[in-house]
Amino acid sequence: MVSITINGKKVKVPKDYSILEACKELGINIPTLCHDERLEPHAACRICVVEIVGMEKLPTSCSTKVEEGMEIYTHSQKVREARKEILNLLISNHPLNCLMCDKSGDCKLQKYCYEYNIKEVEYVGEKKNYPIDDSNPFYISDQNKCIDCGKCVRVCSELQCTGAISFSERGFNTHVGVPFEMPLEKSDCVSCGNCVSVCPVGALIPKRKERFMYEETKRVRTTCSYCGVGCQMDLIVKDNKIVEVHPAMGPSNKGLLCVKGKFGYKFVNHPDRLKKPLIKKNGKFVEASWEEAYSLITDKINEIKGKYGTESFAGLTSARCTNEENYLFQKLFRAVIGNNNVDHCARL
Amino acid sequence: MTNSIEEVLGADVIFVTGSNTTENHPVIAAQMRQAIKRGTKLIVADPRKIELAKDAEVFLQIKPGTNVALFNGLMNVIIEEGLQDKEYIKERTENYEDLEKLVKDYTPERVAEICGVDANDIRKAARLYAKADKAGIFYAMGITQHKSGTHGVMSISNLALLCGNIGVESGGVNPLRGQNNVQGACDMGGLPADYPGYQKVNESEVKEKFEKAWGVNLSSKVGLTIPEMMKAAEKGTIKFMYIMGENPMFSDPDINHVKKALENLDFLVVQDIFLTETAELADVVLPAASFAEKDGTFTNTERRVQRIRKAIEPVGESKPDWEILMDIMNRLGYKKKYSHPSEIMDEIAEVTPQYGGINYDRIEKIGLQWPCPTKDHPGTKYLHKGKCARGKGLFMAVDHTESAEQPDADYPFILTTGRMLYHYHTRTMTGRVEGLNKISSESYIEINPSTANKLGLKDGDKVKVSSRRGEITTKVKLVDIINDNIVFMPFHYADGAVNYLTNTALDSIAKIPELKVCAVNIKKIS
Ligand code: SF4
Ligand code: SF4
Ligand code: SF4
Repeated sequence: MVSITINGKKVKVPKDYSILEACKELGINIPTLCHDERLEPHAACRICVVEIVGMEKLPTSCSTKVEEGMEIYTHSQKVREARKEILNLLISNHPLNCLMCDKSGDCKLQKYCYEYNIKEVEYVGEKKNYPIDDSNPFYISDQNKCIDCGKCVRVCSELQCTGAISFSERGFNTHVGVPFEMPLEKSDCVSCGNCVSVCPVGALIPKRKERFMYEETKRVRTTCSYCGVGCQMDLIVKDNKIVEVHPAMGPSNKGLLCVKGKFGYKFVNHPDRLKKPLIKKNGKFVEASWEEAYSLITDKINEIKGKYGTESFAGLTSARCTNEENYLFQKLFRAVIGNNNVDHCARL
Repeated sequence: MTNSIEEVLGADVIFVTGSNTTENHPVIAAQMRQAIKRGTKLIVADPRKIELAKDAEVFLQIKPGTNVALFNGLMNVIIEEGLQDKEYIKERTENYEDLEKLVKDYTPERVAEICGVDANDIRKAARLYAKADKAGIFYAMGITQHKSGTHGVMSISNLALLCGNIGVESGGVNPLRGQNNVQGACDMGGLPADYPGYQKVNESEVKEKFEKAWGVNLSSKVGLTIPEMMKAAEKGTIKFMYIMGENPMFSDPDINHVKKALENLDFLVVQDIFLTETAELADVVLPAASFAEKDGTFTNTERRVQRIRKAIEPVGESKPDWEILMDIMNRLGYKKKYSHPSEIMDEIAEVTPQYGGINYDRIEKIGLQWPCPTKDHPGTKYLHKGKCARGKGLFMAVDHTESAEQPDADYPFILTTGRMLYHYHTRTMTGRVEGLNKISSESYIEINPSTANKLGLKDGDKVKVSSRRGEITTKVKLVDIINDNIVFMPFHYADGAVNYLTNTALDSIAKIPELKVCAVNIKKIS
């Protein structure tokens, strides 16, 4: 542990911490654009700079380790000015069409510009003019909005390990893309959307059908319903509809998802969903009330039990239902119907 | 899994066999590749040159159905070269001598012949695995869906024991479970011989325990497995079936047979979120709520019990499965009521030792891994620490046996089946997601160019694929990831459903059908 002073407060933190980690633990918010706790510090966007007494330059807090006796200011005038300058440069060639941008409300650039009181565009730079790549079925790449934070490329190559995208060209024309300026569709991309989930701005954005603003939504933490990895994720819900899915830092997925978890949620609100009990009459299904369906089922159970005995029943429980439901299903057979003819598709 | 997913990152060697991890467990595959980037070595054994094979130090493209021979061959090399963990074997295992005797005959040359691989690659893989400090084996249906499936699993466990890899961090034998809650469905007693927690229905103390807990008399007769149920239904001894959230009309081998069986029932209840192929055959269909419309828990492949939470109201008049089941139990005279799934979990914890310490408060933020016997137990990251659960690790020497169906003049090709990234199981869910369908909407058969040449087939040609059980039509996809005379089909599609072809030959122990190997013929349709 080392003793440091942050914003006038003395604290002790583990000695392998970065200043950013120390601040996070103390609940001090430092803006970041290129930082991702799963990756090595990148120190590219520089927006996380802080002031350290005795140091001329402002170091980036993500890549600077704490040292005994350090006196740190995270929001001093000097720091605020430096951050403002960075933001000013970032918006000099940004489309700034927040009114029409799907990311609005969840965009870090927008948030920090507001927080740092940017009132107008100070430098008017040349705007970028890339075609929008919407060849992927699930997400759009609009490189005019890219702020070159590098997260998408690093996540794709270091965490997802697909390496489908990279930076093309250098300097002003730097942008994220597929080798040889091909559309994403022609790349190795497996549509996991992990790049989309980390993009701090609207440059990589899910295709959406529903119109919604983030402040109208709620987030519900849950477990993916597809495979046995059990990835943790947040459902973004508006008006009783899932409108987006974000990965969470679960123990088995560490903030990653695959295409099914990230984009495969639309079955939930699909029109084909069964909405009422159905009873087959003369070979055709007709809608019925729960009362009717229940009575029919229990009558049949009692009738068949009377005629053929308890051994004439069998049930398949489900590897897709919850533990609680599987428990009740086998209990229904064992305790109420009276046999052990319960199985499920584990073997398949 | 004996071990945890994140332990992948600490392994020196990862051995993936019978699992196309990048397609079926993509987020585990991503973590495997992270490990490889940091220096972990990878061994892959699979009939197809799967994505991960590109990252492998050694890739063994084995003939389908030859897993046991391969594992025996690897062990032969390890013992011949004295690379086994002698101390571990002495202290923590028994029956080693039987294994040593059995694998003597499995020389790399002989095994190379059976598996269709290079003997030196077998040696290389064996050395790599045996010399690693921590090596984890990962497998899936490619091992289990064979007539010799249980033997395959035993062989894997032999190999891990031989090198002292069970009960160590980042080692272990790790089956990757397909559907999201297969683990939980098994844990909860969704099995004909087991109450929750794998307590046997035919043991009298167990029966008494549950009779007391549930307040009823129980049967000690082991129930029927799915294939047995289907046979009984066809014969007419099973009259009533209740199918919750499963689609056997699609996922089971030999669909024609399943259809006959279900049609022969007096009454069929199906409970699901969509009108599946199976639901079409029902007398009553009950609309269930989806995972986003209810509270509950799933247990993932690393035994971690995790929450799902209600995010939206049930669609239409659908109800959560637990509510439906409770209603029916109540109407049949069993009066127990639950006001929330957490109360069901409390009951589960009372009767299931492995879940004894689990309740909703404890898993609010992070799920717990069973065994978690008491309220102050932290859960179990990896199994068999210090010693195996049953005391000593038991070697079970098993011989290679051929698949039930071998190619012959009428059906000259071996068909193997599997899953793909963009779809899930029988596609009742993914088939209704636009983008997923855009990427891949129809069934296909993977054939290598030289086999295709022999048959005069081009990419995209329509073909009739037939086996002794049925025939389907599908489209040719030319690939170089599969060997001559072996073909592959994903099992997700209703048009050209591959399970009209597959074999119901069962593993004699686990009763798993041999979905991974059957003999077929292929003809072009003009
Ligand atoms: S979607 Fe996944 S694979 Fe595709 S570019 Fe993004 S991170 Fe890479
Ligand atoms: S596309 Fe987004 S994540 Fe990628 S570099 Fe640009 S701003 Fe960063
Ligand atoms: S996101 Fe993908 S890998 Fe994760 S649980 Fe869902 S299906 Fe499995």
